[in-house]
Amino acid sequence: MVSGIKLSKRDRIFLICIYTYVAIALLLVAYPILYIISASISDPKMVASGEMWLFPKGITFKGYEIVFQNSKIWTGYGNTILYTLIGTTINLVVTMPAAYALSRKDFVGRGFFMGMFMVTMFIGGGLVPTYMLVKGLGMVNTMWALVIPGAASIWNIIVSRTFFANSIPAELQDAAQIDGATNIRLFLRIVLPLSMPIIAVMALFYGVGHWNSYFGAMIYLNDDAKYPLQLVLRQILVLQEMQSQVGGIIDATAAAAQNNKAEIASLVKYGVIIVSTLPIIAVYPFLQRYFVQGVMIGSVKG
Amino acid sequence: MRTVNSAPKEKRKGRNETWKKICQNWELYIFIAPAFFYFLIFSYGPMYGIQIAFKNYIPSKVYFGSEWVGFDHFIRFFNSYYFWDLLWNTLSISLYELAIGFPIPIILALAFNEVKDGFFKRLVQTVTYAPHFISVVVMAGMIITFLSPSNGMIIHAIEGLGFSAPQFLTSPGWFKTMYVFSGVWQSAGWGTIIYLAALSGVDPGLHEAAIIDGATRFQRVRHINIPALIPTMTILLILNMGGLLSVGFEKILLLQNSLNMSSSDVISTFVYRSGLVDAQYSFSTAVGLFNSIVNCILLITVNQIVRRTSENSLW
Repeated sequence: MVSGIKLSKRDRIFLICIYTYVAIALLLVAYPILYIISASISDPKMVASGEMWLFPKGITFKGYEIVFQNSKIWTGYGNTILYTLIGTTINLVVTMPAAYALSRKDFVGRGFFMGMFMVTMFIGGGLVPTYMLVKGLGMVNTMWALVIPGAASIWNIIVSRTFFANSIPAELQDAAQIDGATNIRLFLRIVLPLSMPIIAVMALFYGVGHWNSYFGAMIYLNDDAKYPLQLVLRQILVLQEMQSQVGGIIDATAAAAQNNKAEIASLVKYGVIIVSTLPIIAVYPFLQRYFVQGVMIGSVKG
Repeated sequence: MRTVNSAPKEKRKGRNETWKKICQNWELYIFIAPAFFYFLIFSYGPMYGIQIAFKNYIPSKVYFGSEWVGFDHFIRFFNSYYFWDLLWNTLSISLYELAIGFPIPIILALAFNEVKDGFFKRLVQTVTYAPHFISVVVMAGMIITFLSPSNGMIIHAIEGLGFSAPQFLTSPGWFKTMYVFSGVWQSAGWGTIIYLAALSGVDPGLHEAAIIDGATRFQRVRHINIPALIPTMTILLILNMGGLLSVGFEKILLLQNSLNMSSSDVISTFVYRSGLVDAQYSFSTAVGLFNSIVNCILLITVNQIVRRTSENSLW
């Protein structure tokens, strides 16, 4: 930014437009998020009637009470944490060594491996052959169906490879090798400790992916007790299973009860949105720097 | 054989060197092994499985012991009454998404770049990136809740302005708009990162020179910043074109209902339904294969066009 130069009138108008535009973008993104937070602790009647439009009105924590009493949500939470931890560990164990090997110029065959991996970015077997493979391997209805078929992403391997190639000085590696370090020692003792930023980025990318995924669980799991959080959320938010399915004769009291139930159901919806997204939203501001770094490493030099 | 001329000798020397390198770095092959076997099994394995698209695969029979039927499944798909609907929905949703979703992050990034560093900038970036981390299930839940006819927030807002709100969730006419704009809300901010990175690489000397020449800020954006983004834009455009027939199918699947089906059913949701729900394995694989082939052709074509017209291309 060049300072000390007085803005011309045209520049000032331009800047006013820019700031207005950015402020509108900010409001458009922030408003739905704030609305959900407020709605989750407001009286559902006020929300339904549109009286609550920004700040919570008629504060109640009933939605959260119901959410926390729901055993399905707790099992889902537990399962998701387990799948995320195991899945991310597998991701890192596969991605990091492969990316390191590919970053080495003296690695014979790196062109072949790179080419073989890259092809999978554009060509794939499709849904049914993949499903049949996973089924054939006996992984259906086990945790492994969720963590093994996504064990590595070529995009993340490329990003990590770029990091290793550009951020770890080759001289350091040569010196270690001259001192007699084997490749394994070199990788574990020298390269990995210097690669904490990229390991953090990758753990976060893979971790968020596991936390948010539902499709694999939907097609491979058929046992409720193994459902991850997102699948439980799907039942509540999309399939609306919390809403009462009472049909048939509706007299005055039943209608009132039904109405009440529907209101509670919508309160619960706002609650589960918050509860399920909270872990990510809570850590996100602290990790934002790393996320952004990850995208940039992948984009600028990729 | 020692008396031959020097060329083969050098070749042999080169080969020896290669062997030496391989032996020296044998551990690197252990490093790459997990990824190698992973891709071999889980990416190349299903590619081998594509053959059932040309067979009449029956799950009860031996794995690949079914009879060959050639292009029967493809022909059945092309002749089906839903073929053109599926193709149209897939292409129109993709193109709609591209037309709206591609330029918005660019404009946003150009604007962010003009905002002075400080609290406001940090706030804007933190907030606009955040929706990227919302899961697709929660996103679908938010859409359904906000557009719910009885008490949805957006419905209230529209009615509050004195209009009558359309039935967003159940009318085929609104599905594509709802899909595209919710996608913009979720990912436009995140999409700016890559462009901001490109903008941070612009030589400040160019701006200084332009200021001395009396350029306004708008002129500098137009003649310095926008041209600086073009290489990134081309690469992303090519990549997007390659995925034209594979629209974000997880979100569509969640938002689909029997009433908006006529405009929400795309090839990939159809593959899911016919393959895993109705267990028509071979037919579904054929449809999926058709989808990938069209994607590949699009990718190569666009890359070719871009390469002829500019210096940037994927390969």
